[in-house]
Amino acid sequence: MNDILQGLARAAKLVVTLDADLVEITALSLQVSLGAAAIGSAIGLPLGAWLAINRFPARRTVIALLNALMGLPPVVVGLIVYVLFSRSGPLGVFGLLFTPTAMVIAQVIIITPIIASIAHQAIRELWADYHDLLISLKANRRQRIGTLLWDGRRALMTASLAGFGRGIGEVGAIMIVGGNIDHATRVLTTAIALETGKGQFDMALALGFVLIGLAIAVNLALHFLSRTERGSRW
Amino acid sequence: MKFKTILAAAFSAVIAVAAQAEEMKISVTTSFANSGLAEVLLPEIEKDTGITVQLLVVGTGQALKLGAQGDVDAVLVHSRPAEEAWLAAGNGTHRREIMYNDFIFVGPSDDPAGAAEAEQATDALKAIEAAEAPFVSRGDDSGTHKMEKRLWTAAGITPEGDWYRAVGQGMGAALNTASGMNAYIMSDRASWLKFANKGDLKLVFEGDPILFNQYAYMPVNPEKHPHVKNDLAQKLEAWLVSDRARELINGYTLNGETLFTFNAKAE
Amino acid sequence: MVSGMIVLEGVELRRGGRVIVGPISLSLGGAGITMMMGPNGAGKTTLLRALHGLERVSAGQIRWAGNGQALRERQAFVFQTPILMRRSVLDSIAYPLRLQGVTRGEARDRAEACAGQVGLRVNLKKDAGDLSGGEKQKLALARALILEPVLLFLDEPCANLDGRSTREIEEILTRIRAGGTRIVMSTHDIGQARRLADDVVFLHDGKLVEQAPSAAFFDAPQSKQAHAYLQGDIVI
Repeated sequence: MNDILQGLARAAKLVVTLDADLVEITALSLQVSLGAAAIGSAIGLPLGAWLAINRFPARRTVIALLNALMGLPPVVVGLIVYVLFSRSGPLGVFGLLFTPTAMVIAQVIIITPIIASIAHQAIRELWADYHDLLISLKANRRQRIGTLLWDGRRALMTASLAGFGRGIGEVGAIMIVGGNIDHATRVLTTAIALETGKGQFDMALALGFVLIGLAIAVNLALHFLSRTERGSRW
Repeated sequence: MKFKTILAAAFSAVIAVAAQAEEMKISVTTSFANSGLAEVLLPEIEKDTGITVQLLVVGTGQALKLGAQGDVDAVLVHSRPAEEAWLAAGNGTHRREIMYNDFIFVGPSDDPAGAAEAEQATDALKAIEAAEAPFVSRGDDSGTHKMEKRLWTAAGITPEGDWYRAVGQGMGAALNTASGMNAYIMSDRASWLKFANKGDLKLVFEGDPILFNQYAYMPVNPEKHPHVKNDLAQKLEAWLVSDRARELINGYTLNGETLFTFNAKAE
Repeated sequence: MVSGMIVLEGVELRRGGRVIVGPISLSLGGAGITMMMGPNGAGKTTLLRALHGLERVSAGQIRWAGNGQALRERQAFVFQTPILMRRSVLDSIAYPLRLQGVTRGEARDRAEACAGQVGLRVNLKKDAGDLSGGEKQKLALARALILEPVLLFLDEPCANLDGRSTREIEEILTRIRAGGTRIVMSTHDIGQARRLADDVVFLHDGKLVEQAPSAAFFDAPQSKQAHAYLQGDIVI
């Protein structure tokens, strides 16, 4: 209990004094996970919507595959990305290993299936509701997708947030592909792992509280901006 | 908000590529990193040579593998047989000895196995095995782990049984585990002095010359990996064997104790 | 009344391999209100949906003869349970116009006028989901009318509404019929059928049993099923 209280106190102190190291690794954490969430959403949201609307022979298989990919162990993704981008690997020429870019790539792979799957679920329900109406009004395919994405934007935002949440708390993959290099690829989660490994529990807890605070703050900010909880049931 | 972030990330990635000219990566062992010496040396290196050194802190096995793959420009490890095998395979240009520290045994304060009474390191191990006292091993093919295995062999023991626990982690994490289990463990002195969660553990054995731990610096072979920054690697090596480095390394203390001894020879 | 505007020839609809409606052959004229009647499961909803193009015909044809092109192209459908979009009332009504490429400002203005025409007196900025049953159906009607359809389908539009809302909707339907809109609808409410129908199509068990002008149907139903139905018996 003492450790926890000390951790809280230390977290408060770091935040209030805007500790330079803390600011640096927090900024990188946000950069990597928000970047990955943005890219993952750009891919996953339309993909989920598209899957919800279109019928084609392999559809069930693709959906099952998507749901299965949600269970991809992040550390395995990290290992595969590492092997691919190593200088001795097929994509080594890009020199991306141990850079934030590699971390974003690994996280995009991990969170896109989650975003796509939640988006698909939400849009499928909405499509079931809107189906007869949109057909009756002769909306073309592009209009249908546009309407579903717009009217379903709250559920889609939940999908994006879920992806972000998975990314900001992830440590296995980005440890492997980022290398936890001080001032280069160190983020909150990998710093926590490092401090724990050094036996510096109060520092690790402090970083942990900052991470929790960050995740909550991002969530609140997005909900406030979109006025999700005001007004009606949707 | 998100779009600007991506833009910023992309922008800084481009800038980073441009700035890479004076950056190099070396893989080092957790024992070295945990000592805190890196925090002293790196800023001085940047000041004196202009090189920004990026450290990848991993176990010896992975450090050498990174070098073999060309993912780093040089390695700093402490396991001579592994280093020589690595060089023989054509992965590096040469090895240069920089400094040494030593290994110690750490254990519960009441020392149930009586390791403190041993004369030699091998005797301490024999005592621990005889008492079947819990012993935590790095188990990760690191320099420390290889040293530990050599000692067991020298003592004529194959350690196995419930009392012998291989954790597969770095030095700090392994010390955490030993502290939690109140077990014996072999550690480098530097990591032990810097470790913040000692619990009931204390130093029980030290001083046997067999526990001598030599660090060597090895640039990655540019013939095998043309992209490595061999020029920077050589520049860094020159600094590491310089008088300035000697001053900093010998001067680095923790709780009044010197951790490393500089022993690089001029060429 | 010009006959033969909408002609069904041997139309069948299947579900799961079974024929649920048909074969039906009938002919509908080009004006007034046609009322589809019949017990539950008779196939009224299915037939309406097929006419509008929401169901695929498994056999037979639907032909739009003569000046039927306008009828075919400019249709709208009001569902028994209104399909609501997750938007404000105003934007819901404006939606069909937006699909046609009308600008948002103009679409909203026309939507506001349309809301007035169906007597929807609520804060138009409210979420559509916050309306009462009657108000929701009026919204659906306004949305259907905003494109000025030539042919309007309604599937038991007042089935879930109270008396006042029902009356208001019937008034609107009477008004637009007078304006020349063709209406094909179904109902359970025999009183409503008497009030609104110009002609009746009576279905039972997926088949056409009787078709007649309204007065003839209600005063002297020819089939025993229609007779029983109008008397209030359960028709098996």
